[in-house]
Amino acid sequence: MDARTIPIAPLLPAAVATSPRVKDAAFEYLTTRKDELIGWARKFSLFPYPFVTACCAMEFMAVSASPYDTDRFGAALPRFSPRQADLLMVVGTVTHKQAPVLLKVWEQMCEPKWVMAFGVCASSGGFYQNYAALQGIDKIIPVDVYVPGCPPRPEMVIDGIMQLQDKIAHSRHPVITDTF
Amino acid sequence: MAAASDLEALRRELVPAAGPATLSHGSFVFVLAPRELVPTVRRLRDEFGFDLLLDVTAVDWPGAVLRFEVVHHLYSTAHKVRVRLKTRVAADDPTVDSLGALYGSAAFMERECHDMYGIGFRGNFDLRPILLYEGFVGHPLRKDYPKQREQPLVPYRD
Repeated sequence: MDARTIPIAPLLPAAVATSPRVKDAAFEYLTTRKDELIGWARKFSLFPYPFVTACCAMEFMAVSASPYDTDRFGAALPRFSPRQADLLMVVGTVTHKQAPVLLKVWEQMCEPKWVMAFGVCASSGGFYQNYAALQGIDKIIPVDVYVPGCPPRPEMVIDGIMQLQDKIAHSRHPVITDTF
Repeated sequence: MAAASDLEALRRELVPAAGPATLSHGSFVFVLAPRELVPTVRRLRDEFGFDLLLDVTAVDWPGAVLRFEVVHHLYSTAHKVRVRLKTRVAADDPTVDSLGALYGSAAFMERECHDMYGIGFRGNFDLRPILLYEGFVGHPLRKDYPKQREQPLVPYRD
């Protein structure tokens, strides 16, 4: 099989090629906005931390596995340390007893970070309204995208990831913040 | 499912000691006075082979003279028979004897029952919260616990 080789730099006459001031014309400059570039990079490198507490875990496994495959969106590799993750996926019911743990995990994540409420229990408490259940994780931490459903279909989760990607792509990404 | 003769023998042996017994969904139900609980369970374990304590729970009957009904479930792995023991206690002193000396698994189940209903177990010295958390006020499965009362550990965002 003979493959065509594409030269990276055009073959130039020796006299021109030795001149230090000459560059080839292809792809030397890229003009874009800084926020667009960083947003594009960040939206395809989501590292989720699965905070999995309940039956929605089954659907999390389904959406992570090959038939639906969140790897297509750059959000495949779960990090089991919050310090390495930038997307907190809260999958399932959170009780009042667990709430301090969830808050601590969220606080340990480095900026930039995003939160997805996976399933109706994480979004609003679902059908639990009693002494035990937290009525939605947004009572204690900010949430970027809500995926209701009991459990949500994998398509809904993928839609949520894509909406989060849109949000990341269109938000500001300050290199220097007021706290840094 | 137990053979009918097994159940008949159990009824004949235990009824004089434990009061009236009924059969409900294939399970014997005995209604006991609190002081009869430990002797009856000891007989069930030693003489009738009820070697597994399945559950310790309670029922709240608001307005009743003896408000709480403590319910023990036992199972015989040899005879495949279940027994349910009901003990009524009053609201001002909802205490029964612990079965921790007879069944090691009773300790955790009695802690749970203490969490949810506030039943005291004489002889169980470790009734710390097991499903609830330190600082939780009240007993959530009592009928007078407000259905939507929450006791959050983390302050809510605005």
